[in-house]
Amino acid sequence: MATERNDIEKALSRRYEAGFITDIEMESLPAGLSEDIVRAISAKKEEPQWMTDWRLAAYRHWLTMSTPEWAKLKIAPIDFQAISYYAAPKSRPKSLAEVDPKLLEAYDKLGVPLHERAKLAGVAVDAVFDSVSVGTTFRKELAEAGVIFCSMSEAVREHPELVQKYLGTVVPVGDNYFAALNSAVFSDGSFVFIPRGVRCPMELSTYFRINAGHTGQFERTLIIAEERATVSYLEGCTAPMRDENQLHAAVVELVALDDANIKYSTVQNWYPGDENGVGGIYNFVTKRGDCRGARSKISWTQVETGSAITWKYPSCVLRGDDSVGEFYSVALTHHRQQADTGTKMIHIGRNTKSKIISKGISAGHGQNTYRGLVKVEKGAEGARNYTQCDSLLIGKKCGAHTFPYIEVKHPGAIVEHEATTSKISDDQLFYCRARGIGEEDAVSMIVDGFCKQVFKELPMEFAVEAKKLLELSLEGAVG
Amino acid sequence: MLKIDNLHVSVAGREILKGLSLQVNAGEVHAIMGPNGAGKSTLGHVLAGRDGYEVTAGSVEFDGKNLFELEPEERAAAGVFLAFQYPVEIPGVNNTYFLKAALNAQRKVRGEPELDSMQFLKRVREKLSVLHISDDLLHRAVNAGFSGGEKKRNEIFQMAVLEPRLAILDETDSGLDIDALKMVAEGVNHMRDANRAFVVVTHYQRLLDYIVPDFVHVLADGRIVESGDKSLAFKLEEHGYAWLKERKLAGSEA
Repeated sequence: MATERNDIEKALSRRYEAGFITDIEMESLPAGLSEDIVRAISAKKEEPQWMTDWRLAAYRHWLTMSTPEWAKLKIAPIDFQAISYYAAPKSRPKSLAEVDPKLLEAYDKLGVPLHERAKLAGVAVDAVFDSVSVGTTFRKELAEAGVIFCSMSEAVREHPELVQKYLGTVVPVGDNYFAALNSAVFSDGSFVFIPRGVRCPMELSTYFRINAGHTGQFERTLIIAEERATVSYLEGCTAPMRDENQLHAAVVELVALDDANIKYSTVQNWYPGDENGVGGIYNFVTKRGDCRGARSKISWTQVETGSAITWKYPSCVLRGDDSVGEFYSVALTHHRQQADTGTKMIHIGRNTKSKIISKGISAGHGQNTYRGLVKVEKGAEGARNYTQCDSLLIGKKCGAHTFPYIEVKHPGAIVEHEATTSKISDDQLFYCRARGIGEEDAVSMIVDGFCKQVFKELPMEFAVEAKKLLELSLEGAVG
Repeated sequence: MLKIDNLHVSVAGREILKGLSLQVNAGEVHAIMGPNGAGKSTLGHVLAGRDGYEVTAGSVEFDGKNLFELEPEERAAAGVFLAFQYPVEIPGVNNTYFLKAALNAQRKVRGEPELDSMQFLKRVREKLSVLHISDDLLHRAVNAGFSGGEKKRNEIFQMAVLEPRLAILDETDSGLDIDALKMVAEGVNHMRDANRAFVVVTHYQRLLDYIVPDFVHVLADGRIVESGDKSLAFKLEEHGYAWLKERKLAGSEA
């Protein structure tokens, strides 16, 4: 019996390698949400009054709102009073050298080295553990280039003028239910500022980790690229395996001024729950980029393999003339996972262009929905959009759904939409096997081929990780 | 090398092969001809291990082993290769990458060291020059958007790189123009040697002008009804399959 159990555990943990729990002394606020809790979070973070007021305004607005019902998702009701809105490791390090070794070890296990040898990797990392940032690497090198890369809490303290100028200007406090909640209780996240004319000398990345139980994670990320600035930012996420559903409601705001270029890549691997749909992260995320300046460009790339529920529409507001928005997405749902994801491209400026490449993969009982809006406003002369939306089904019990919305108010706009749905065919599998390639490898290969257009947009290390993640997530999908 | 004995195979409850027997030795080329619906493609698929074919009686031995105990990928590793009549498209998967994965998967099963990219490319270049295939084929996705002729060339190219011991060509000549046909034949002829065997399934005698078989068999109604040397193919071409039927009828009445 014992060995059998071990085998099962091994199989499970192989499927979700990030499912471990780090035993570390935490301090957290009691469960529940009220004005007092909002004030307490703000006080914990030693925030100025304007920030506290901003949070309270968001909280009061949130109270007037209700959960969105339009997504094609079946969600058990969420008890917002049962969640703790703040959890942080007790020790407060002043520098990376003081970070609790257990924490470093946790990130090491996840393949995110935070200590000195991280320098080899050449990627600057901000690590967010539950509600707080535990460390940011390469600060000195970045500062020399004029780049600010720090935790959101720190930005509120050290760069209040920038935060006040930009926070909430892309995703307003009352934008939607989860954005309002985030605005009230967000605990940490990353802040990036690339000044005029600077090409960020390295990739920036934030690694989000939920560790504590009965806790939600509400991070807030703000990236500002001034005129002619360029930055590539990566985001990764994992959580332990727990049989409760945990809430993750993040807000990401991007601002691109004239000729600025922001590339934002996500590999989302929150715990998806088990085969029967027990546990897993509820992932309600608002991500939006504002191409505020002329000729600016914002490109979203996401690989969504985790979470029990994914509700996420990284969008671009193409305000500046000749600005460009892109969205590349791979979303995979296996077992009982549900995803309702897509994008919004809002064409306001003249000659604005957008491109949407969405690849949905469903296996097991997974339900995968693409929901996308292409909107061309009256003044958007010469606007162009190209949308390609492909679904791949593995097995007979999964589902793929596509809801494209197109609103065009300028007669000259060119909007193209292509969609396909296919199955991994027996023919394809047999062909691979007849050449000597085993069934699981064949499926990985076919899925990888299906996702190629998106993977090639990812920075190389991420592309490799994304590919591996898909393979793991699809284990046992055939046969 | 290959010994098929009294093979009966059903697809969805309908018997397609009805007692087929055939022995193929190393170094031989066997041509199998026959009318539509005789079971030619079924034979290829059963040997390669496709699902959905139920073997109700008979046996197939490959190098003395029961072929039906092996999964399709194990058969490939053992040296069985099927050139598909309708090669399958795999969008987004690079042709070279696919072939390297296939070769190394086979080598791994056989306990041979895997080839690295340099070694693999060297092998590919050698084969390309022999087959007069352009590099272009390497950079495209597996069969995606290939013309009919290109797909068949790609099958022969795969065969050349994988170097199987037994190659079954399922109507590889159908839909080919004369140049492509010659290229396919050249590919096969170049690989003919004492350790390798070919089973060439075809409708037409034309291919056999270029791949000269040691034996010709006629497959009709699920079994081999006539075997002979290459002259049998000419007779068939001249008289058609109806002639054979008449001869058989005459024979059974006598």
